[in-house]
Amino acid sequence: MATTTVGRTPTRERAAGKPGPGGRARSPYPYWFYLPAAVIYGLLFIIPTITAFYFSLTRWTIFDSQFIGLDNYVTFFREPALVSGLTHTLIYAAVTSAAKVVLGMLLAILLTSQIVGRGFLRSVVFFPVLVSTIGVGLTFTVLMNPEQGLINDALAVVGIDGPAWLTDPRYALLSVALVDVWKGVGLATVIYIAGIVSIPSEYFEAAKVDGAGAWDTFRRIILPLARPATVTVILLSLIGGLRSFDLIWAMTRGGPGFTSDVIASVIYKQYQAGFYGLSTAGNVVLFLVVTAIVFPLSRLLNRKEVDL
Amino acid sequence: MSAVPHRKPRPNYLLSAVAIGASLVVFVVPFVFILLTAIKDRRQAAEFDFSWPQQMQFVQNFIDVVQARDYLLIIAYINSTILTVASVAIMAVTSAMVAYVLQRRRSRWNGFVNFLVLSGLIIPPAVVPTIWVLQRLGLFRTMPGLILVEVAFGLAFCVLLFQAFIASIPRELDEAAVIDGAGPVRLFFRVIFPLLRPVIVTVVLVQSVFVYNDFVNPLYFLPGEQNATVQLTLYNFNSQFNTQYNLLFMDILLITIPPLIMFLAFNRQIVAGMTAGAVKG
Repeated sequence: MATTTVGRTPTRERAAGKPGPGGRARSPYPYWFYLPAAVIYGLLFIIPTITAFYFSLTRWTIFDSQFIGLDNYVTFFREPALVSGLTHTLIYAAVTSAAKVVLGMLLAILLTSQIVGRGFLRSVVFFPVLVSTIGVGLTFTVLMNPEQGLINDALAVVGIDGPAWLTDPRYALLSVALVDVWKGVGLATVIYIAGIVSIPSEYFEAAKVDGAGAWDTFRRIILPLARPATVTVILLSLIGGLRSFDLIWAMTRGGPGFTSDVIASVIYKQYQAGFYGLSTAGNVVLFLVVTAIVFPLSRLLNRKEVDL
Repeated sequence: MSAVPHRKPRPNYLLSAVAIGASLVVFVVPFVFILLTAIKDRRQAAEFDFSWPQQMQFVQNFIDVVQARDYLLIIAYINSTILTVASVAIMAVTSAMVAYVLQRRRSRWNGFVNFLVLSGLIIPPAVVPTIWVLQRLGLFRTMPGLILVEVAFGLAFCVLLFQAFIASIPRELDEAAVIDGAGPVRLFFRVIFPLLRPVIVTVVLVQSVFVYNDFVNPLYFLPGEQNATVQLTLYNFNSQFNTQYNLLFMDILLITIPPLIMFLAFNRQIVAGMTAGAVKG
């Protein structure tokens, strides 16, 4: 794909330069400026993405591949441990995105209102975004320890018997999702803050004059006018959530059992086990899931932005 | 930054107190916990308590972590620095070139290039086929290979940031430079590129954080003890230090310091980069 782009560039450039007005023979914006990026992107992103479709149909040792049809996909969808990876991925992405949208918006409204220590609060909420995911994961693994962990100690103080978090098959995935939200809500918040701040203050003043309460202001002004921010937050957290790997790997490695395995961790496990074809089939499944959800959704959510 | 929707005569003190209290518990306590555990002795650290260290072992733990596995952490810091600096530099220059032509020159390629950029943001990279390509190029398990991978995966985001900014630079500037006899290369690198400084700062900061914190790509494309980046040391130490939580948390603490410094120095630019597109969509 990239090679065709590159290969046809010179002809195209001459063709574009000739009919130009005046004596300008060459465009000041030459196509070969695409070249360095196109080579890197083409070789290491586009080619792997396309060849993945072929290699997912093979038994593969990197050096040697043998075509086996859809066997890898059959394995993938027959093996309960692998299929559950797919559902966990969807649950994880949906839960984290929904939580980030709601909490991010609430925090942003709080942090654009008249409260003391706004700068401090914004910094504190945002900082986890910049911290190593693995570091956060290991820290929370300790904090979520069922017997000794700080979280259950704190819950015990107020009389709540905390769950076993990461070691309970029912809660493991949601516990990781909770930490994901803790780490990522700051990004959603600053996106919403940027969106809310860009709403002209006349709207708020007019609403006030008309006697609108806090709820009406939220419902009729902030919610519709911060829509671009909502779109950004939903898309970003869905893309991140669907391919999420590091946090899950740092905290549970897919366990207990396979109860917190997602597609990305299945891909890694199959890769480690040497099943490259199966791993790549997992990758193709992830590709299809992401594109089937995110592309239509982004079309739907921001129709105006199609021509950038 | 200062436009406030809810214009109330005075701040809501009760709400402020609740908010600050909650933020301390939810967001600050985990970091204090990291710090406290990192300076405890081995026995107390294993209790996982939020308590003051009975024995301050900051220096000892620091030395132990740095010396572990033949100074692996030092090597990892060097590796991470090389990786971050090289990939971010390449990313910034090549994506600025793409964004510049893409924004300035209307052609039938634009739709296609925009599509590729969008795809780069959305599509999850295919791991093993990337290894296959790297293997073919002789770049698998090498630092240059990993650098190029980081560049490939980061390009799309950078192009978007640059594109929006370049749209705000008047074309008259290009025309003036062309009339003065500047060729495309000089026009771009001497006239346009310096004007991109604010967005270059943003791109460099945001991508540095991403690349520095990246765990997945080094895990796949640069395996091996001696090649470890700092994120991988965390992962390796986790198994080794299973009973030495003070050292594990010292490692976490040391790894958190570079982003903390970046954050304290450039909070505004980082936030600007990460929220780009929130207003426009």
